[in-house]
Amino acid sequence: MTDSSTPPTTGAQSLVRSLEAVGAEVVFGIPGGAILPAYDPLFDSTAVRHVLVRHEQGAGHAAEGYAQATGRVGVCMATSGPGATNLVTPIADAYMDSVPIVAITGQVPSAAIGTDAFQEADICGITLPITKHNFLVKNPDDIPRTIAEAFHIAITGRPGPVLVDLPKDVLQAGTRFSWPPAMDLPGYRPVLKPHGKQIREAARLIAEARRPVLYIGGGVLKAHAAAELKILAELTGIPVVTTLMARGAFPDSHRQHLGMPGMHGTVAAVSALQKADLLITLGARFDDRVTGKLSTFAPQALVVHADIDPAEISKNRTADVPIVGDCREVIMQLVGGVSAEYDAGHRADIAAWWAQIDSWRATYPLGYEEPTDGSLAPQYVIERLGKIAGPDALYVAGVGQHQMWAAQFIQYEKPYSWLNSGGLGTMGYAVPAAMGAKMGRPDATVWAIDGDGCFQMTNQELATCALEGIPIKVAVINNGNLGMVRQWQNLFYSERYSQTGLGTLSSAASGGAKHGIPDFVKLADALGCIGLRCESKEDVDGAIEKAMEIDDQPVVIDFAVGQDAQVWPMVPAGTSNDEIMAARGVRPVWDEVEG
Amino acid sequence: MSRHTLSVLVENKPGVLARVAGLFSRRGFNIESLAVGPTEHAEISRMTIVVNVADLPLEQVTKQLNKLVNVLKIVELDPALSVQRELLLVKVRADLAVRSSVLETAQLFRAKVVDVSPESVTIEATGTADKLDALTTMLEPFGIREMVQSGMVAVGRGPRSITGTALRSLDRSA
Repeated sequence: MTDSSTPPTTGAQSLVRSLEAVGAEVVFGIPGGAILPAYDPLFDSTAVRHVLVRHEQGAGHAAEGYAQATGRVGVCMATSGPGATNLVTPIADAYMDSVPIVAITGQVPSAAIGTDAFQEADICGITLPITKHNFLVKNPDDIPRTIAEAFHIAITGRPGPVLVDLPKDVLQAGTRFSWPPAMDLPGYRPVLKPHGKQIREAARLIAEARRPVLYIGGGVLKAHAAAELKILAELTGIPVVTTLMARGAFPDSHRQHLGMPGMHGTVAAVSALQKADLLITLGARFDDRVTGKLSTFAPQALVVHADIDPAEISKNRTADVPIVGDCREVIMQLVGGVSAEYDAGHRADIAAWWAQIDSWRATYPLGYEEPTDGSLAPQYVIERLGKIAGPDALYVAGVGQHQMWAAQFIQYEKPYSWLNSGGLGTMGYAVPAAMGAKMGRPDATVWAIDGDGCFQMTNQELATCALEGIPIKVAVINNGNLGMVRQWQNLFYSERYSQTGLGTLSSAASGGAKHGIPDFVKLADALGCIGLRCESKEDVDGAIEKAMEIDDQPVVIDFAVGQDAQVWPMVPAGTSNDEIMAARGVRPVWDEVEG
Repeated sequence: MSRHTLSVLVENKPGVLARVAGLFSRRGFNIESLAVGPTEHAEISRMTIVVNVADLPLEQVTKQLNKLVNVLKIVELDPALSVQRELLLVKVRADLAVRSSVLETAQLFRAKVVDVSPESVTIEATGTADKLDALTTMLEPFGIREMVQSGMVAVGRGPRSITGTALRSLDRSA
C-alpha cells in the first residue's frame, strides 16, 4: 500500500509511525539484535514512551496491567529468540484472561529464517495456540496495515493477544508510510448484536424464575457494561455473583451482591448457584474453578448464556438459551425485554429465594480466625489495606493464597480496580502488571498484593519502577512459603511440606538469619524503593499509612505473617460444589429448597 | 462417534494449514484425512477435512475453527448430498503370468493403468473410500508393492456454490 506522494522511509520508521497513529502511548520492552532497527526511530518518538523493563516477561505483564486498567491495548516489544520466548508466559496469560495486548517481536533476517540462525525462534509457531492471531511481516509496505489489524483484532470481539513478528531486513528496508491503511480481514467478523428472539426467550425465563442468579464474568468488564449490569440487577432484584475476573463489575457493598463463586467463593454465592433454577450467565465461561465437578454443578438450573465468543457457549455447560453478542448490548436489551415481561404482569416472586440466601449469608459470612500462635493474620493485613487505600485504589494480585484473600477481603466498588491472573494463574504477575496499571492510570494509587513466592519471580521490575518514576506500592504477604501449595499439602498430602518452604521468614529454613533470605526490606532498598517491615497487628495500619504518604518512589512493605493461615471456604479440586467447606471441618447444612 | 466431512474455505496465506491442523490436535481431535488445494478464486484455498467425532465436540471444533482469522467459511457436507472422492495410486506385482488378471481387476473398478514394467503395473483409481478399499482387497493377492492415497475431496450436489458468500466477504474487506 505505498503512496508515491509520501516521502520514503524505512520499515522501522513506518512501525513507529504506525504505533503513533494507532494511539499507543507506551511500549514496554527490551531491545536486542533483531529488533534494534525499530529502537532507533523509537528514540525520537515523542508520542510513544518506551519503558525499558528488566525481563521481557515483565514487559508482557506490564502491557496486560496497562490494558486491564485502561481498557486500551497494551504494547510490549522484544527481540528475536529468547526475547520473544520470554513473552510466551504473559501472552498465554493474556489469552486465558482475554486481555488485549499487542506483542511486537524482532525476527532474524528473512533470508536466515529456518536456518537455526543466532537468536532465531519460530515465535509465530510457538504462539499459535496462545494468540488470538499472529503475523509474520514479509514486506515493509505491509507494516501499517498489519499494525492496524493487530490492534483491531486485539481489542474487538473477545479481546486477546496478537503478535507481530518483524524480520530485521523488513525493518531496515525502504518503504512509504500511509495512514489509515485498508484492513484486509475477510474472515474476522465478531458478532456484537444479540438475536432478538433469544433475548425475548431469556427475558421470559428471567421473569418466570423463582430462584435466579446473575452469574457475572470478566466479559462484563471487557464490554464496559458495569453500569448496565447495575440497572438490570436492580430492575429484577436478582442476586449477583461476580467471578474472580469480574470482581468490581458490581459493587461489593450492594445488597444483592453475594460475592465470588467458585473454589474459594462465599458459601452464599456457591450455594445460590448450586440451588438456582436459572443462571443468567453474562461474559463468564463455566471455568472448572467456578463449577467444581461439572456434572453436579447447578443441577436444577436452566442456563441463559451470553458471550461474545460463540465457542464458549455450550462448551462446558449446555445453554438452554444461547446468546452471542457484546455483553453491554445484551444487558441493555435484556433490560428492555424483562421490563416488557413485567409490564405484561409476568413476574415471579423471589422473596423466598432471598430469605434462603440471607440465611446462608447470616450463617456463613466470610471470615477468618485470629491465629492462636500470636502471628499476624494475612487476611487482616489485606482487609486493612483495602480499608485504608479505599475503593479508588487499584489492587493487583499475584497468584495463590494472597490472591484469594485479596479477592475476598477487599471491598471492590468500581470496575477495573481489581487486576489478577485468573485463567493461567501466573505467579509473578503482580509487580509488572501493577507497573503497567500505574502507567495507564498515573493518578490512581496502585497496590500490588504479592506473595513471597510470586514476588521473587518478577521483583526486578521494581528497578524499572524506581528509574522510570512509576511509584507503585507492594504489599508482600510473606508467610515464608508457597502458601497455597502448602495449604494443599496440609489438607491432601498428610502435612508433608515437600519443597514449599522458601526461607523468606526468619526461621530454621533460612539458616537462622534474622530476617529471612532475601531480606525484602534490603532488597527493596537495593532496587531503589522504600522498604518497610511490619511484623505485628499494631503496626499494620501505620505501615500502610506510611506507604500511602509516599508518592514519589515505589514502596515495598514486608508483612511477616503466620504460615498456617488458610483460604476458606474451599471446594476441593475435582469435587462437587455441594462439598463446599465453609471453614476447616465446617460443612454448611443446606435446608431443602423448594424444587 | 461418527464421520464428518468439513469443507473449510480459508485465505490462501502461508501458515494457514498449520493453524487449522494445530487447532484439531490441540483440542484433541484426530484428523482422518485432510486435502488442501486451490479453488476457482486465487485468494481462497479449500480444505476438506474428515474427522471422526461425536456431534457435540464437532460443534465445538467448528466454532473454534471459525475463530481463526484466516478461516472464511465452514460447511459440513452430508455424504448423501455431496460427491466425495479419493485418489489411489497402487503398484502391484504383475509378471507375465498374472498381468492379464491384474488388468482385468483394474477394469472391473474402472481404474487406469498409468505405468507398467516387466514386474509391475501401477494403477490409478478414484472413488469413495469404500470403492478403493474393495479394489485394494482384490489386488492384495497379487502383491501390493507400494500404495499412496489422497485425502478425500468433496463437493455438494446441485447448482449451489459455497465459495460465493466467502468471496463476497473478501470483496467487502478490500
